[in-house]
Amino acid sequence: MIVRISTEGQYDLPERFHAELNELDNRVVAAVEADDEDAYRESFGALLDFVRSNGTPVEDTDLRGSDLIIPPPDLTLAEAEQEFTGDGLLPD
Amino acid sequence: MAGTSGRFTTIIKAKISKLLDRAEDPGETLDYSYQKQLELLQNVKKGIAEVVTSKKRLQMQADKLEQQVVKLDTQARQALSAGKEDLARVALERKQLAQTELQSLDSQVKELEAEQQRLIESEQKLRTKIESFRTKKEVVKAQYSAAEARVQISEAATGVGEEMADVGLAMQRALDKTEDMKARANAVEELEAAGTFEDLTALGSGQDDIDRQLHELTSQSQVDDELARMKAELGSGSAPGELEEGTS
Repeated sequence: MIVRISTEGQYDLPERFHAELNELDNRVVAAVEADDEDAYRESFGALLDFVRSNGTPVEDTDLRGSDLIIPPPDLTLAEAEQEFTGDGLLPD
Repeated sequence: MAGTSGRFTTIIKAKISKLLDRAEDPGETLDYSYQKQLELLQNVKKGIAEVVTSKKRLQMQADKLEQQVVKLDTQARQALSAGKEDLARVALERKQLAQTELQSLDSQVKELEAEQQRLIESEQKLRTKIESFRTKKEVVKAQYSAAEARVQISEAATGVGEEMADVGLAMQRALDKTEDMKARANAVEELEAAGTFEDLTALGSGQDDIDRQLHELTSQSQVDDELARMKAELGSGSAPGELEEGTS
């Protein structure tokens, strides 16, 4: 599975990590919905570290598209909240 | 597969896919697609240049402020030696304000430096992908049947398209930060223009308003501390170095 950390790069993450990735993702969503800055920083950091440490960076010559895209690491909580209400980083 | 994952990781993917779908069929317009990629690469270069320009401007401001800090410190000492404590206090208030601005400028310069490095890496990566796309396009054109070629190239164009969208996003974020810093740099320039960090000897009677603002902007307890330290230093005279502990 190819996972992109937006503005950073793509990682090849073996399928067996998918369930855990999903769980980490849910934690971030919960933190955003609770408008909890500390929980957001912590959970988003954990999600990013999980991909970075378990994935292998994809070669620059590889032209495959990603299966998942994680928002930019410097995404603020306010921006994350906007993401979910529709008017986010990229125009709809 | 993406459907089973949480929303946080999928939301941008969905939007990028939508952007790519809106583009013309990449498989049918290979050379056009390649041209578009090269154009974006040029835009990234322009974006990097803009970040560098802003960084240089902030650096120049920081250099200027650093000189002012030294100058105001000297003037405070001179004023105190001459027994003009009020004047020394004004100089120290200005020095404190200049130092605060200087710290914030320094951290902004560092942040822009990091943005610049990131964009340079992104540009390099995109350049490599575009080059791979060009090679693949030629190979596919020569070796595969039209239908096969279409699928192959369409996939490759999607991959490059995603990279382009991502570099575009990185650039937009970097430029947004640059804009914020420009606004702040303008505010510092206005302070300078108002004579806030100017030579104290140029301080005329019409400067009351600036003095009042300065008084509000600075921490009086810190100014008191520094004034006391300076007095002690000037009083003891012999070993001022040891008394400077805690100054920054």
